[in-house]
Amino acid sequence: MKLKTTLLAGAIAFAPLTAFAADLTIGFSQIGSESGWRAAETTVTKQEAERRGIDLKFADAQQKQENQIKAIRSFIAQGVDAILLAPVVATGWDEVLEEAQDAEIPVVLLDRTVDAPDDLYLTAVTSDLVHEGKVAGEWLAGAVGDDKCRIVELQGTTGSSPAIDRKTGFEQGIAGNDNLEIVRSQTGDFTRSQGKVVMESFLKAEGGENICALYAHNDDMAVGAIQAIKEAGLKPGEDIKIVAIDAVPDAHLAIANGEMNATIELTPNMAGPALDALEAYLANGTVPPKWIQTESRLFTSADDNQAIYEQKKDLGY
Amino acid sequence: MAGPKSSVLRRIMPQLVILGAALLLNVLVFPDFFHVDFRNGRLFGNVIDVLNRGAPVALLCIGMTLVIATRGIDLSVGAVMAIAGATAASVVTDGYGWGTALLAALAAGALCGLWNGVLVALLKIQPIVATLVLMVAGRGIAQLITEGKILTFSNEGLIHLGAGTILGVPTPILIWMALGAAVIWVVRRTALGMLIEAIGINERSSRLAGINSRVLLVCVYLVSGLCAALAGVIVAADIKGADANNAGLWLELDAILAVVIGGNSLLGGRFSILASLIGALIIQSVNSVILLSGMPPEFNLVIKALLILAILVIQSPRITYLMYMLRASGPQPQPDRPPMPKARKEEAR
Repeated sequence: MKLKTTLLAGAIAFAPLTAFAADLTIGFSQIGSESGWRAAETTVTKQEAERRGIDLKFADAQQKQENQIKAIRSFIAQGVDAILLAPVVATGWDEVLEEAQDAEIPVVLLDRTVDAPDDLYLTAVTSDLVHEGKVAGEWLAGAVGDDKCRIVELQGTTGSSPAIDRKTGFEQGIAGNDNLEIVRSQTGDFTRSQGKVVMESFLKAEGGENICALYAHNDDMAVGAIQAIKEAGLKPGEDIKIVAIDAVPDAHLAIANGEMNATIELTPNMAGPALDALEAYLANGTVPPKWIQTESRLFTSADDNQAIYEQKKDLGY
Repeated sequence: MAGPKSSVLRRIMPQLVILGAALLLNVLVFPDFFHVDFRNGRLFGNVIDVLNRGAPVALLCIGMTLVIATRGIDLSVGAVMAIAGATAASVVTDGYGWGTALLAALAAGALCGLWNGVLVALLKIQPIVATLVLMVAGRGIAQLITEGKILTFSNEGLIHLGAGTILGVPTPILIWMALGAAVIWVVRRTALGMLIEAIGINERSSRLAGINSRVLLVCVYLVSGLCAALAGVIVAADIKGADANNAGLWLELDAILAVVIGGNSLLGGRFSILASLIGALIIQSVNSVILLSGMPPEFNLVIKALLILAILVIQSPRITYLMYMLRASGPQPQPDRPPMPKARKEEAR
């Protein structure tokens, strides 16, 4: 509590100074570039910082926690105004977060949270994976109406938290609709090629004409599955409804081509809300809530997917 | 001694029996397993899937069998697949034709194989360590080529290699069968196969006997690199995109497993590419059982491990020997069959 008040007092003391200096310096410790989404997050964060005239110091940790800790220590030594951290793992952050706190530098977590006392960071900006699945399930329930619908599910990597949460969310979303039934569920490891392979086996095991919808835990698997459905002589998007999560550019393209029906966005813009919160906090000490949930926006054929594709394709996905 | 044909048959008999058992398991979980029809201009059925999806591992195990016969191992094939796929994709997205892309990918694979071969043959680094270098670094190289994203392409010619058909048969099936037949023909119609085996049994004495073991070793890793490159192109073409993170991930282990299930010794020497190819089909049949059974995915790896364990136990020298003893003590002994396991090496072909 004492620490919090000193932090607050410090922030208030510095507030006029930062407002005067106008441009903030913010350090961003990114995990690496293990996926297209991650690369897009980096691009968007840089864009957001530039738009606000913030000097962003970027450090790529190449999937290693020790690099992230080193980066945070160097940010502290440079005396940045705030730190954005996308933590690679959940544990082992207490010490370096305390160092940041001692230096009165607020830390905002992006995309993932950590197992540390929550007074060690200002706030965490993440999406709600269960909610994403639920949006997908509710969309499908609405799209199918009262018809009977046999659903096949392509799960993410077995045991990973997105796979568990997106499955739970989807089941919540379709709960109460007895006409909807998940008949097959298998992992496609979040990859295109496994998505295609597993969909091929679904099509044979159930018979393509008996499958009414596909729910994939990410767009990449859905894109792979679309090819399998086409090769089986069926029309993806018409014969089999397809809903997935992430809203990567290729999914928008598939929706624009009528081969997919809906995708739920896992926004790469975690930095926008994070920087809003930081600016408010540094300007007048407004303490944000401990968790800022990003919007899980639903995209369907009602949106102009071709235009969104053109917008998104250069973000680094 | 029986003719060459029957000795080949005897060599691959255990693999054929296991493949039969694996296919039977498929029929048990899915009775229509062998049903094949012609749909959308292509053969459509689970057996076709096994042959088609087995293509990457089948291609890898052709090169891997030769490498293992020299007492080596190539851990880098999965990463080389990623590099080759990335190369092909970046060449076609730059506007070149599919032929150029294929050649570029094969050149990349050959270069990787050459690198491994030089480390092993000239610098005398142990193969498992030498190829580990490229296994780790290769994915990074592939990422550099694709700039970290899934590089998609729409070149029909290239896509045809992975997702297309010739006379209704998926192209990958034709590619792995043709390459397998060609390599088997070359190593068995010439002395090449025997020379490779000689290196695996004792490199020093083979050199003293006049075999240029260094050049041969480099060539063997080169072939492995080429096979991996072809597999990489097929995998990329199949999904119309090069996924540097996931293409060929852990496939080196499946390839080694296929060679082992094929009854080849990791200690080098006698080898059979045909048996390795059947091994690759066995692995794919096991994958197929898992997919068709409809079990929750948490069981996938456990089921696969149990089936593989069963296969390896049945093939283990002790069990084969016991089986032989059991048969020999029966009413009709087979005098021309000396005790296992040493015997298998000699009659292998």
